[in-house]
Amino acid sequence: MIKISEKKSVLKLENLTIKFGGLTAVDSFNGYLNKGELVGLIGPNGAGKTTIFNMITGIYRPTFGNVIFNGMDITGMKPHVITHLGIARTFQNIRLFSEMTVLENVLVGEHSWLTNFAARKALHKHDPEEYPRPRWKPWFWSAILKTPDYLKMEKEMKSHALELLKAVELEKYAHLSASALPYGPQRKLEIARALATKPSLLLLDEPAAGMNPQETHELLEFIENIRKKFSLTILLIEHDMKFVMGICERIYVLDYGKIIAHGLPKEIQNNKKVIEAYLGDEIYV
Amino acid sequence: MSASNLIQDLINGILLGGLYALIAVGYTMVYGILRLINFAHGDILMMGVYFAFYFISAFTMPWWLGFIVGIVGAGALGFMVERVAYRPLRNAPRISSLITAIGMSFFLESLAVVVFGGIPKSFNLYPKFFSRILIIGHTRIQVLTFFILGVTLLLMLALVWLLYKTKIGIAMRAISVDIPTTSLMGANVDNIISLTFIIGSMLAATSGIMWAMRYPQVQPYMGFVPGLKAFIAAVIGGIGSVPGALVGGFLLGMVEILIVGLFPNLAGYRDAFAYVILIVLLMFRPSGIFKVYSEQKV
Amino acid sequence: MKRISVRTNFILTTIFVIGSGFFLLFADNTFGDYWSRIITLIAIYAIMAVSYTLVNGVTGIFSLGHAGFIAVGAYTAALLTLPIQQKAMSFFIEPLIWPLNSIQIGFLPATIIGGIVAAFFAFIVGYPSLRLTGDYFAIATLAFGEIIRIVIQNSYSITNGALGLKGIPPYTTVWWSWGWLLVTIIVIGSLKFSSYGRALRALSEDTVAARAMGINVFKHQLTAFVVSGFFAGIGGALYAHWLTTIDPRPTSLGIMLTFYVLIMIVLGGLGSISGAVLGAIFFAIAAQWLRIVESPMNFFGITIPGIPGMSMLIFATVFILIMLFWRRGVMGKKELSWQYLYNLFLKKVGDQD
Repeated sequence: MIKISEKKSVLKLENLTIKFGGLTAVDSFNGYLNKGELVGLIGPNGAGKTTIFNMITGIYRPTFGNVIFNGMDITGMKPHVITHLGIARTFQNIRLFSEMTVLENVLVGEHSWLTNFAARKALHKHDPEEYPRPRWKPWFWSAILKTPDYLKMEKEMKSHALELLKAVELEKYAHLSASALPYGPQRKLEIARALATKPSLLLLDEPAAGMNPQETHELLEFIENIRKKFSLTILLIEHDMKFVMGICERIYVLDYGKIIAHGLPKEIQNNKKVIEAYLGDEIYV
Repeated sequence: MSASNLIQDLINGILLGGLYALIAVGYTMVYGILRLINFAHGDILMMGVYFAFYFISAFTMPWWLGFIVGIVGAGALGFMVERVAYRPLRNAPRISSLITAIGMSFFLESLAVVVFGGIPKSFNLYPKFFSRILIIGHTRIQVLTFFILGVTLLLMLALVWLLYKTKIGIAMRAISVDIPTTSLMGANVDNIISLTFIIGSMLAATSGIMWAMRYPQVQPYMGFVPGLKAFIAAVIGGIGSVPGALVGGFLLGMVEILIVGLFPNLAGYRDAFAYVILIVLLMFRPSGIFKVYSEQKV
Repeated sequence: MKRISVRTNFILTTIFVIGSGFFLLFADNTFGDYWSRIITLIAIYAIMAVSYTLVNGVTGIFSLGHAGFIAVGAYTAALLTLPIQQKAMSFFIEPLIWPLNSIQIGFLPATIIGGIVAAFFAFIVGYPSLRLTGDYFAIATLAFGEIIRIVIQNSYSITNGALGLKGIPPYTTVWWSWGWLLVTIIVIGSLKFSSYGRALRALSEDTVAARAMGINVFKHQLTAFVVSGFFAGIGGALYAHWLTTIDPRPTSLGIMLTFYVLIMIVLGGLGSISGAVLGAIFFAIAAQWLRIVESPMNFFGITIPGIPGMSMLIFATVFILIMLFWRRGVMGKKELSWQYLYNLFLKKVGDQD
């Protein structure tokens, strides 16, 4: 949600490694994302793709290595601070707040506007000239006392949320319970909810999982669309090769926690190692 | 503090610890399988003691037969509690079964008040032989102490044999790791869970009866605090681990007796030690002494 | 679906509150002392239940230490309002320590201080406990609650230990208790229906997703816990001045009280403020009614002896039945709003949602 000055590499992963017990789930992953790029992260089941997402978003702490976001080292920061800094994500197995309405789901994403103090402090520490020392605002009390300040904020949030829902074509469902949505719209809602935190980098975890070719095609256009509209940088995990080849500008291939290939979609398609890794996993090719 | 006092305290500590350990086993086995803190466990214990009490005093049974009937009765009660209150909620949110367990605990306590009366009853239904006192060196030990220690040890050995050497025990341990897979392997999950409740309840009732012999009275709320402390013992040992529960029980009993022995003016806070230990442990090493590996998947 | 506008809502609510005020005035004056006391108790229970449901329902963390905060509020306020002579008389094992033995303040400041001290305790308990999740949190708060009780039981120079406090002035009237209930409902309701409340409901469903949405789960839970502790303390203060005698037995200000309040909120529906109030009303009235079962009865000349403990058994049975067959309770997570009533009674068949 915080505007960050333009620097070339949005995300840089340096020697990212994580071990669970004796198992090395991800082994020195090196990668980068440039501003506005759409990069794919593919690999067979259990290759460690989601683990990389979890390390970027702070759910797991890497054993070694660093996550650099806009030149700032965010390794080991708390997940919510990382979200405030501008990284949002979706989940492989959709994790909507199913007892809340569609609109409320998006509004939850916008709650971070009120509570981003820690992130602004981190930014100030990172670059004092660019980011002035933040002042803490007692939003909590304002929310209880319903001060005009807070009511104005609430109104802003609501109109922004409705705008987002319009952008993902869900505005007619706004007051419906999130669990009442069909599968496809649920995926879209999850993306809208992530966008509500005003990210500059969006991580999509298997957005096309469980969709038919028709829906997949629509999703492809949808992602292309929001990337332009919200000037996002996107990193996405996907199994569906056709989908990845159709949309990504660059691809990392992961197997057993290691990068086995990296390059343009065309190069990846003909890469021997990649074909080997996917052999026996043919359904996905 | 003199040496004989110390020995006396050590023996008392072991004794109390053994009683905690027997109760803790039921907690840890149920938690290991269902991830449920069975708050009613201590109250099943209390009911077992009442059963024994009434069978001996009302039906003039010999004391040992009355004890056995009480223990078996507690086992049956444990079976019923699981069947009626916990099984229907097995697929509900975990907090629901926890709330139900608390309700069950209060249900059994008030049932005891209604049926047996709320006034404590003296529990001296065992032969006079047990209250004889042996003097070894400067230490005075009741024969009852040896009896309790013997029974505790015997039951623990039997339990370890059951869990590690028999087919049913292996099934129990397997189920605590992974219910779906175990049921795929052909084990009847429902029966094994029932059996876990029965064994846990019987062990607890045994402990409860010996508790009532030692602090000779029985009352409707007698199970709650020992139950809670036994749960803490299970956490100390690493919840889900049976050897852990045994070690945790002994440690807790020892600590309680020794702290009061060393600092007599803390006696009023005795019940708080266990809670403090629990909180400190949960903060710094929630997995207990015997770590049971688990990881949340995101 | 017809939506009731904010203005209509406000007007109806104001009318309802004023109407309830007149009803209370009427009831207080005509139903006699006995019922006045019951009506007062209903509001005290409702304060405890609403503050409990904020943690156990809205925030979705399961605390069992509520009675501890109620006890802290009760003792703090009682020690501040007790007449100085009464203190000198009650504390005969060990005299009361200095500042407390020579002050006596009014009921309102004493209640507020009771709430603040309870909130402070909630912070101290919540800060370490909230690192735990699920049933571990439940058992840790239960342990903290018991520790608070045991400390009260042993601090003779502050709380008069096991002897308890006697002769607390009976300040709690219908007006104080219902007034505070109104404040409680406004504050906790306002919290629940703010952006913070949405965040709390979100994290109660899925903490991982809530974190990914930028919610500082720990801080939000702690805030809810402290607010809940504050009102539990207020409830305790009112309760102490209603009982006029308090002591630290488990059956008075201990785990039993937590269980009573748990019955109320489970009955009303975990997470619903209006449900908590309904649960409190039901509980207080049912408890009075069940006293009949516990006292001897006279049926056509035959006296049936009362059965002590019977009311508790009935409550526990009802509680388990609710958990087994009616887990959402009266209100579920919904609130009793004008919109809800409209939909319930006036919506025409065939109206589209």
